[in-house]
Amino acid sequence: MVEKIISRKVGRRVEPGEIVTVKLDYILAHDGTAPLAIKVLEELNRPLYSPDRTVLVIDHTAPSPSSTISNVHLFMRRFAEENGCIFYDIGNGICHQLMVENHVLPWMVIAGADSHTCTYGALGAFSAGFGSTDIGVAMATGFIWIKVPESIKVVMNGELKPPLSSKDAILWLLGEIGARGAIYKALEFMGEGVSSMSISSRLTLTNMVVEVGAKTGLCPVDDKTLAFLRDVGRPAAVDKLSPDDKAEYVDEIFVDLSNLEPMVAKPLSVDNVCPVSEVEGIEVDQVFIGSCTNGRFEDLEVAARILKEKNVKTRLIVAPASRRVYLKAVRTGVLDILISAGAVVIPPGCGPCPGRHLGILGDGEVCLSTQNRNFRGRMGNPKAEIFLSSPATAAASAIVGKIVDPRRWS
Amino acid sequence: MKIRGRVWKLGDDVNTDLIISGRYKYDILDMKELARHAFEDLDPELHKKIKPGDIIVAGQNFGCGSSREHAPLVIKALGVGAVVAESFARIFFRNAINVGLAAIECPGVASLFEEEDEAEILLEEGIIRNLTSGVQLRFRKWPEIIYKIYLAGGLVDYLKRGGVFE
Repeated sequence: MVEKIISRKVGRRVEPGEIVTVKLDYILAHDGTAPLAIKVLEELNRPLYSPDRTVLVIDHTAPSPSSTISNVHLFMRRFAEENGCIFYDIGNGICHQLMVENHVLPWMVIAGADSHTCTYGALGAFSAGFGSTDIGVAMATGFIWIKVPESIKVVMNGELKPPLSSKDAILWLLGEIGARGAIYKALEFMGEGVSSMSISSRLTLTNMVVEVGAKTGLCPVDDKTLAFLRDVGRPAAVDKLSPDDKAEYVDEIFVDLSNLEPMVAKPLSVDNVCPVSEVEGIEVDQVFIGSCTNGRFEDLEVAARILKEKNVKTRLIVAPASRRVYLKAVRTGVLDILISAGAVVIPPGCGPCPGRHLGILGDGEVCLSTQNRNFRGRMGNPKAEIFLSSPATAAASAIVGKIVDPRRWS
Repeated sequence: MKIRGRVWKLGDDVNTDLIISGRYKYDILDMKELARHAFEDLDPELHKKIKPGDIIVAGQNFGCGSSREHAPLVIKALGVGAVVAESFARIFFRNAINVGLAAIECPGVASLFEEEDEAEILLEEGIIRNLTSGVQLRFRKWPEIIYKIYLAGGLVDYLKRGGVFE
C-alpha cells in the first residue's frame, strides 16, 4: 500500500529502498518543533512555499506554563499571521487529531515535525515524522526526500472482545517485535480484526508504529474510512486502498484478536509488555486518559462506561484530543460521568504526556497512562514510573487505586 | 576527513527523552545551555566529562522516540565529533546529518571499545580504529549526498551554498 501511494504521487512505479523526492500535501509543526523549523526557513531566506498546506499547532504546552514558552507561542502566532498559514491556537487540540479531523485524506503524503505523524496511515495516507530542519526545508520547497520503505504485514484475525481495544493489540505487537522490530519499515495492518475496527481504534494502531522504529503504519481505505470523512464534515470521493494480492512483504505477523488479554507496558520502555494479570495490584498515584494515542471520544466513552457512578481513588486526569472531542463528550454526558467520578479535565492538547505541565509526577510516584511512551522522565520526573495501557484498564485501575483487569469492571 | 577523540559508551535504545528531557527543551532555547542537561537522566555527570572532539559509541536503536532535533543539537553543542552506533532510529539519523553531526552506523562497534579508549574515524574510507587496542572495523560508507550535506555543515548550509537533493 505504501508503494502504491508514493508511486501515484511521483507518477511512476517505485520500489523499496529507492530514494524519491515527493511533493507534500501537508506540512505540520507544533510548539515543540515549529520554532526551529521557522528559523531554518528564515536562514534559507526563502518564503513559505505553500501557506495553505502548512499547519502550525500549539498543543504541547497549551496554555503556556511559562513566559519563555509564551514568547515561543507569540513567535508562532506572528509567523502564522504574516505568512497566512493554517494555525491552531491553544485549546483546539492535539496536532494529529486536528490533522485527522480537518485535513488528512487517503492517498496524501504528509510530513510532520513530530514522531507521531505516522498516525494518519489509519486513513490511508503516507505520513511520517521528521526533524525541524527537514520540515523547515519542506516549508521552503514544498518537497521532501524519502526512502521508500519495505513493508511488514500485520494480519489481525478475529475481533476484539470489549473492553479490550486496539491499544491492547498494538501493545501486544510492541512486546512481540520489540522497540527495534521495524526500523525504517512500514507496517501494514489488515484482516477482519482491522476491518471491524472503528477509525478511532485504527488511529491508535498507527499512532504507535514509531515505537517499533517504523517509518509509518497503514490501514486499508474502506467504507469506514469514507464514513469517517463524512462524519467530520469532509465527504470525499477518493479511491479505496488495499494491498495487491501479489504485494511483497519482508515479514508477516499474525495475531488472533479474540484471544488477546488486556496488555500493559511496564517502565522504562514501550516494548516491556506483559498481560495485565502480571502487574495487577501495583499501586497507582495518577491515571492519565488522553494523548494522540487514546484521547478520542471513543476512549473517553469507554472510560465513562466503567466510571459511571463510581469514585476514583487515584488522581484522574482527562484530556480530550480536540475541541470537537471535548464538545461531543460534554453534549453526550460523558464528561459529566467522568467529572462526577472525580476526574480533572484539562484543555484539549498533549497534557502531561511530554512532561512540561498539567500533571507532572512526584518522586517515586506511579502513573498509569493511555499515552504512547513511558521512557524515564517522560512525564517530567525521572524519579517517577509510567505504565501504559488502554483507556478501559486505566479507568478501572483509577477506581481501585491499583492496576486491575478491566474485564471485571465492565 | 579524520575524527579523533575519547570514547564514551552508551547502551541500547537510548531514547530522545534520555538525550534531552522534555521538561527542559521547551524553556531553554539556547543549545549550549540546554546541553548542560544532555543525558541527565542517564548520567548527570556525563555532559561534564565529554570534551570537544570526543566520540559517543552506542548500541542498537540510538535516538529512538521523538523527532526533537534538540537531541542531535545538544550532542553537537557538547562538541561531540561523532556518534557511532550499532543502529540508529531513522528520524535521529536524518536529524543528525541535517544539523551537521556525524552519525555512523557500524555493527560490532559496541564491543570494539571500552570507555575512554581513543578512537579514530576515517570518514570517507569507512574505517573506525580503536587506537588504544589497535583493532579496527569497517563500516558501510554513507551515500554520496550524505557526505555532501555533512561536509557542508548540515542541510541548511548545503542548500545555502546551492546544493540540491533532487
